[in-house]
Amino acid sequence: MTVTVHYFARLREEMGRADEQADLPTESISVGDLWRHLHGDAPPERLMVAVNQEQAALDTLVRDGDEVAYFPPVTGG
Amino acid sequence: MAVELYSDDFDPWALVARAERDIPAEARGAASVFVGRMRDFNEDDTVTGLFLEHYPGMTERELERIVAEAESRWPLLGCLVAHRVGDVRPGDALVLVATWSAHRIAARDACSSILERLKHEAPFWKRERLADGSDRWVEKNTPGS
Repeated sequence: MTVTVHYFARLREEMGRADEQADLPTESISVGDLWRHLHGDAPPERLMVAVNQEQAALDTLVRDGDEVAYFPPVTGG
Repeated sequence: MAVELYSDDFDPWALVARAERDIPAEARGAASVFVGRMRDFNEDDTVTGLFLEHYPGMTERELERIVAEAESRWPLLGCLVAHRVGDVRPGDALVLVATWSAHRIAARDACSSILERLKHEAPFWKRERLADGSDRWVEKNTPGS
C-alpha cells in the first residue's frame, strides 16, 4: 500500500519536509504505527492526526491511497 | 452558511453587512458578532508579524463541519465564518464569527461555540515574528480567550 503523509507547522520544520510517500508491505496500518514505521520512535505527546482530511486518532486504520497528516495542537482564531 | 479564508486583509464589518442582506429583516431579531484581531504583543514580547499556516482542504472542511453542527443545535438564520491565512500584520482581522437568529441566546451561544471549537479543532497554526527578528511557533491558545 502507498499513503501520502503531510506534516504541518513546527512538525514540518522539524521533519525538514512537508510531504512524503510511504510504501508499506501491508494492507492497513494504524496512524500510530505508521509514525513508528517512518520515524522509528513513538509519536510525540500532544500530536494531532487526520486521515483523508478528517480528525483521526492514533488507532485509526490507514489503507492504500489514504492521505495522513501529523500536526501539533492548533492555534487559530 | 459561509466559510471564507482570506490571504489578504479583510474588512469584517463589510462582510457582516453583506451577509446580513441575505437574511430576512423581519425575522433576524438577533445578531452576534465576534472579531479577533492580531495584537502587537504576546507573553510579554512585542510581536511585529504573524504567519498563519493552514491545511488547504481540511481547514475549510473542519470549519464547515463546526458551522453545520452549530446550525443543527441552534435555530440559526445565518452564519458566517471568515479566517485569515498567510502573513498578517498587527491590527489586521484574524477571525470573524457572525451568527443570526430570531433570539439573542441562540445567536450568542452559537457564536461563542463556533469560535471556541474553531480555536481548538480547526487546523491553523500561528508563527510569531518578534521585534528582535526571531520567529517562534505559538504553542497554545491564550487561556480564557
